[in-house]
Amino acid sequence: MAVVDPLIELRGVNKHYGALHVLQDVDLTVGRGEVVVVIGPSGSGKSTLCRAMNRLERVESGEIVIDGQPLPDEGKALARLRAEVGMVFQSFNLFAHKTVLANVSLAQIKVRKRKREEADGRSRELLDRVGLAAHAEKYPAQLSGGQQQRVAIARALAMDPKALLFDEPTSALDPEMINEVLEVMQQLARDGMTMVVVTHEMGFARSAANRVVFMADGRIVEDRTPEEFFTSPRSERAKDFLSKILKH
Amino acid sequence: MDVLTDNFSLYGEGFLGTVELTVYASALALVLGFVMASFRVAPVGSFRVFGTVWVTVLRNTPLTLLFFAVMLGLPRFGLVLPFEVFAVLALGCYTSAFICEVLRSGINTVPRGQGEAARSLGMTFTQTLGAVVLPQAFRTVIPPIGSTLIALAKNSAIAGAFSVTELLGTYKTLSELGYNIVWTFVWIAVGYLIITLTISAIFHVLEKRWGVAR
Repeated sequence: MAVVDPLIELRGVNKHYGALHVLQDVDLTVGRGEVVVVIGPSGSGKSTLCRAMNRLERVESGEIVIDGQPLPDEGKALARLRAEVGMVFQSFNLFAHKTVLANVSLAQIKVRKRKREEADGRSRELLDRVGLAAHAEKYPAQLSGGQQQRVAIARALAMDPKALLFDEPTSALDPEMINEVLEVMQQLARDGMTMVVVTHEMGFARSAANRVVFMADGRIVEDRTPEEFFTSPRSERAKDFLSKILKH
Repeated sequence: MDVLTDNFSLYGEGFLGTVELTVYASALALVLGFVMASFRVAPVGSFRVFGTVWVTVLRNTPLTLLFFAVMLGLPRFGLVLPFEVFAVLALGCYTSAFICEVLRSGINTVPRGQGEAARSLGMTFTQTLGAVVLPQAFRTVIPPIGSTLIALAKNSAIAGAFSVTELLGTYKTLSELGYNIVWTFVWIAVGYLIITLTISAIFHVLEKRWGVAR
């Protein structure tokens, strides 16, 4: 699909895990303000793709460009670029030894060099936005999964990122907590945040995505609007996948 | 019993010698162990290699041999220092290899995602290690570091063979003076107990304070 103002570009990206070719010549462009949902069967490489975008996974060949800058190797330059791309993990990964407030403030202080009061102020604002202002002084272990994930989103937002990557953000949650996280994500999408979301939540894909990318066996098989994809998938692989998950 | 009261100053000197060796060598071992552990988990390959070689060489060399290497080897390269300093160097470097491995195992108990989250926020390797990984690793490594430092206190006895004043070395003078060998050693053992039990107590307090479950 033609993208007007590209923010994240992947060209010919390849990665192996041993003999397994998890990413095979992947090309993907995400435009500014776009919400791209990546779906596909397990082991199709969608999480790896998401993690490659801020180089938590090293790729073997191909180019990844964020806002015009190629992803650098390890080091300060990579750290700077990562600060521009937030990431939300399946297992939340909140810092276990810090309070909710400190979790959101830490990188603002260390990376953005904000003063503690300024960072804490911004953190409280964001915690309020995700509906958790009252929990600022608690430790992550005292929160439910859904609450932890919302803190994780606030933590990522605190860096004022250009884009947010979501790696199966609701897969580790109890069903009743999924919606509270999806609502926050919906709101972000409406506010124009650029998002790449790996998920199994088809409802979210339908309602919030500009594009659906379907992956199978390390390749991007389809890349289309949600209406087109869900009503008339072109590939056999996608038809098969949708028939399995939409049956119930 | 007379052994102690008659030779209190000799015992005292030896005791202080051992305490000094233990304190300085512990400090060196902790600092070097920390640096080497950082090297061993660093994203830069040559740092990892350096850390691995450091640990492999020092951990697998008998401490006595290491003392010989330092005391006799370094002066050949023009590095002449008091024997006490050499002893601290040998003990500290040797123990740093063990401290490094203890710290590294502590780092490995911190879930991967903690470091990934920190890095995804744009924190550098040093910031990630210092603000996120090590504070959590610290809690699990308190008991084994205590054990390693107790071993260091006892290993310091080897320095006595290289004319450094320390506790075990006092027996030579005392047996020459004709004192009962059993009582001589009993009081030496008590001296070591005081030092090792103090280390235990310090680490017990540290564990109480920071070693809480997450």
